[in-house]
Amino acid sequence: MDLGNLFVEASRGAAEVDTDFLILLLISLLILTLVVTLVLVFAIRYRRGSPAKRGLLPSFMSHEFEIGWTAATAFLFIFIFWWLVAPPRLAGSPQTPALQIQIYAKQWMWKVEHPNGAREINTLHLPLNTPVHLVMTSQDVIHSFYVPAFRVKHDVLPERVSVLDFYPTQTGTFHLFCAEYCGTDHSQMTGDIIVMRPEDYAHWREVQPQSDTLAAEGEALFHSLGCSGCHDPASPVHAPDLRGVYGQSVPLQDGRHVVADDAYIRDCILMPQLNVPAGYPPIMPSFANVVDDSQIERLIAYIRSLRPGQELPK
Amino acid sequence: MSDVTADTLRYSDLPPVMATPNYLTHGRTLGSWLTATDHKRIGLLYAFSITIFFFIGSIAIAIDRLDLLTPAADLVSDDTYNKLFTLHGIVMVWFFLIPSIPATFGNFFLPLMIGAKDVAFPRLNLTSWYLFIIGACFTVACIVAGGVDTGWTFYTPYSSQYSHSYVAAAAAGVFITGFSSILTGLNFIATTHMLRAPGMSWFRLPLFVWSMYTTSAVMILATPVLAITLFLMTAERLFDIPIFDPSQGGDPLLFQHLFWFYSHPAVYIMILPAMGLISEVFTCFARRRVFGYAAMVYALTAIAVIGFFVWGHHMFVAGESPFANLVFSFLSFIVAVPSAIKVFNWTATLYRGQITFESPMLYALGFLWLFTVGGLTGLFLATIPIDIHVTDTYFVVAHFHYIMVGGTVSAFFAGLHYWWPKITGRLYHEAWARFAALLMFFGFNLTFFPQFIMGYAGMPRRYHAYAPEFQIFHVLSTAGAAVLGAAYLMPVGYLIWSAFYGDRAGANPWQATGLEWQTDSPPPKDNFRAPPVITAAPYEYHTAEEGPPSHERGLHNVQGTAG
Amino acid sequence: MTSDALREPWTDLGRQRESSIFAIWLFLGTEVLFFGGMFTSYAAYRFLYPEAFLAAGHETNIYYGSVNTLILLISSFFMAAGDLAARAGLFRFARICFPATAILGMMFLILKGFEYNDDLEKHLFPGPGFPLPEAGAAIFWAFYWVMTFIHAIHLTIGIGAVIRLQLASRHDPDWLKHSAAPEVTALYWHFVDVIWVILFPLFYLAGRS
Repeated sequence: MDLGNLFVEASRGAAEVDTDFLILLLISLLILTLVVTLVLVFAIRYRRGSPAKRGLLPSFMSHEFEIGWTAATAFLFIFIFWWLVAPPRLAGSPQTPALQIQIYAKQWMWKVEHPNGAREINTLHLPLNTPVHLVMTSQDVIHSFYVPAFRVKHDVLPERVSVLDFYPTQTGTFHLFCAEYCGTDHSQMTGDIIVMRPEDYAHWREVQPQSDTLAAEGEALFHSLGCSGCHDPASPVHAPDLRGVYGQSVPLQDGRHVVADDAYIRDCILMPQLNVPAGYPPIMPSFANVVDDSQIERLIAYIRSLRPGQELPK
Repeated sequence: MSDVTADTLRYSDLPPVMATPNYLTHGRTLGSWLTATDHKRIGLLYAFSITIFFFIGSIAIAIDRLDLLTPAADLVSDDTYNKLFTLHGIVMVWFFLIPSIPATFGNFFLPLMIGAKDVAFPRLNLTSWYLFIIGACFTVACIVAGGVDTGWTFYTPYSSQYSHSYVAAAAAGVFITGFSSILTGLNFIATTHMLRAPGMSWFRLPLFVWSMYTTSAVMILATPVLAITLFLMTAERLFDIPIFDPSQGGDPLLFQHLFWFYSHPAVYIMILPAMGLISEVFTCFARRRVFGYAAMVYALTAIAVIGFFVWGHHMFVAGESPFANLVFSFLSFIVAVPSAIKVFNWTATLYRGQITFESPMLYALGFLWLFTVGGLTGLFLATIPIDIHVTDTYFVVAHFHYIMVGGTVSAFFAGLHYWWPKITGRLYHEAWARFAALLMFFGFNLTFFPQFIMGYAGMPRRYHAYAPEFQIFHVLSTAGAAVLGAAYLMPVGYLIWSAFYGDRAGANPWQATGLEWQTDSPPPKDNFRAPPVITAAPYEYHTAEEGPPSHERGLHNVQGTAG
Repeated sequence: MTSDALREPWTDLGRQRESSIFAIWLFLGTEVLFFGGMFTSYAAYRFLYPEAFLAAGHETNIYYGSVNTLILLISSFFMAAGDLAARAGLFRFARICFPATAILGMMFLILKGFEYNDDLEKHLFPGPGFPLPEAGAAIFWAFYWVMTFIHAIHLTIGIGAVIRLQLASRHDPDWLKHSAAPEVTALYWHFVDVIWVILFPLFYLAGRS
């Protein structure tokens, strides 16, 4: 066990947080020592029966004395605020454009999408000395993206985008924790942040599948699996137009309404007879034994990317 | 005894305690207890109920702590682990800490200390206890049915949409108990306003009464917000209507704002009574007037008021605007000032005293150390860049346990030992009590100090499995918890023993000045044999002109006399 | 002087009355914060979804709402009259006012029941089949149901308290004069009324200005 590694400072700003911490620690220790020393000295000196002088309080311990330490405490606390809290902090440096990475949190994993389309789960590869800008959202409950070595943390909320900026300054593998309680496997919602030298990072990027983004792969599947044969608006088959359907409320044949979210689209692909949309014949075949999970994910990404009325390529 | 004073002589001349029926012997059936409107009996009913909950909450966390000995999740399942810490939080906050000092000692001593016969609304007081019990039944039912796994904070949308546990039952328990604490607060405020004995002016009130008064104000203003927040959350869960649900346009942070608007002041509901109680103990065992009585009163009031405006410091990383963060950070620094004043004033109270170290005093000195550490680490958490790093880690866990367990529970035990002779009329075994006090102090520090270190190293809270480098701290913490557990069990033994076999206490074993000591131990049903008249300020342990003498305990001036 | 009204730990009726009035004001303070949590949430969402809230507010039934407002205002008149009559010793008049208050309160609840039924028939309970498409409209209706429901619970408690006045004074009308109960009940009743007077514009008038 290497305890020296517990407090590793691996980002720009981490050392600053530690300095703040040490300053406060010093101030706190001084106050604590003052209080404890006074209490100990008084407890011994003024124990019952000791010969120490009693009687009236000396004249200096008056109201002014009280006002004095009230003012001193207030001044000290406001000074700490002004010194440590008020100044704005910049995580990245404005010269280099930040590397923007998408983070999707869900029970109980971190999904990462790099700008070039590379995807990872519970691992995040980063280049050294490059500002990083995370764009994070949750697909279910509230999570929190926490990298202790970088001294950064931000909650990841559903239906809302949170951003987090930092700047790794040390290579190595660091913990990624979910810091906001999110259910059964909260403590397993962890991962590794792997910071590499730029050349290693470039190499790592090389070997990632040089594919397009999820949606583009989904589009390819959409054609190769034959989905477009019916769902293309120009198709003679009467099938729902999927452009812009994602996230909308869909009326079903049996009178229910469902929101076309990931789960619904997934059901439609695997069990089409379950939720037939109102006004369409139940003619879609099941793709249960045709597509696997990752393909479904890509198809959903494609459908999500479609806008109402968007021109579809042939 | 070398230090017998005129007062003790007077009371030891009284006929034996058993001759006149006291509040304990006034009726002996179970029914006479369950329908009691006597504030002292209601105080004991609460004491009995919260003791049960204290041990339920302790056992829950003991299992989790044992599990944390190893990094792997091996003793219980993930869900069980989560349900146990949730149970610990809910039970300890709402069924132990919040009612702890107010509902037991507050009920028992507030009327005694202001020279009243009872609280303003005795039947309402009993109703409060029954509401507490009904709430407790819901909570127990929730545990028996399978528990709840949301954490005591009930954050949406996890609680309202995703959790598969008994959230509604747990929320109902807290909701109902909330009304119990509202009614208790209302009763205390009305009592303090309307039932002070002749001569008991506002600035003659003992600080414990002031602390009850300010706590009650926080209770009646903050608790209803919790009630409605949990109601809305439960309505969303049960009827599937969109209130907080982000997928239907709800604001994911609204719940947190409402929740912390209650739950931060709730921290002050827990610590203000402790502050008042500690002032009683320090003055009594230092034989000294409290230093800066007026400043102590203003500090209590300031904490109660400013405490309402700092809730946002729980949400620095949740997505609040940077400006809101700054404001809440600033106010959090401000609210620390009155707490610091109190610490300095307690310290100054010891100066030139006649200090003895009976067990209540040991608990009080322990409180001073633990509360100071807890308060100072609060400054770290108010500092936004540090908070971003340590929030939701064990650093926060350690911080609030230093305040709530180190502070409030230490004070609770100080009060228990200080007032035990008055409540039962018996003396406990002092050596055992001192040993328990020391053991509790060391056990506590061993449990929670390592948590500061691992918290700063990044150990997140509510983790069942954890990275191996944190193990050493968890082992220390679990070892400390074992010591702490033993220290909590000891008073149960010697206090119960003393209630039956202890020596008779006499009316005023500590020679304290408070009005509660100027009547029999245990007090008669109507508190005083004749309506008391208040003739002096509190804590006149020595004459104003001369201070206490060097060698013997000086004659003190009691606050008033009965008749 | 009757000793029925005097309770422990009081020694005189005036002080006891003063305490009860003080306590009910404290309790109403609690209630303000209880409803305050909902009003704050309503305000936050109305700020987020101004159009949806106006559109959703248009769907409430203004006729039921207005008639109910009128009923409650009249009930408050009877409550106030009953309280003053009790204090003045006009027990017969007071014992006419209390049932009138209670009956008006029940009329409110009955009408509210019809209104709820109406709303349900229009699928205005958020969930499957909810007719309003705007994001936020369902939130408006969620608050409509929760807040009017909690108000109805309060009103039910109020009706119980008024009936209690009537029953407790059955054999001993003098009790009405010595006890603070009529005044306490009246304060509570007026508070519940005031809450409705705030709910009415929030839910019924918002979409119709």
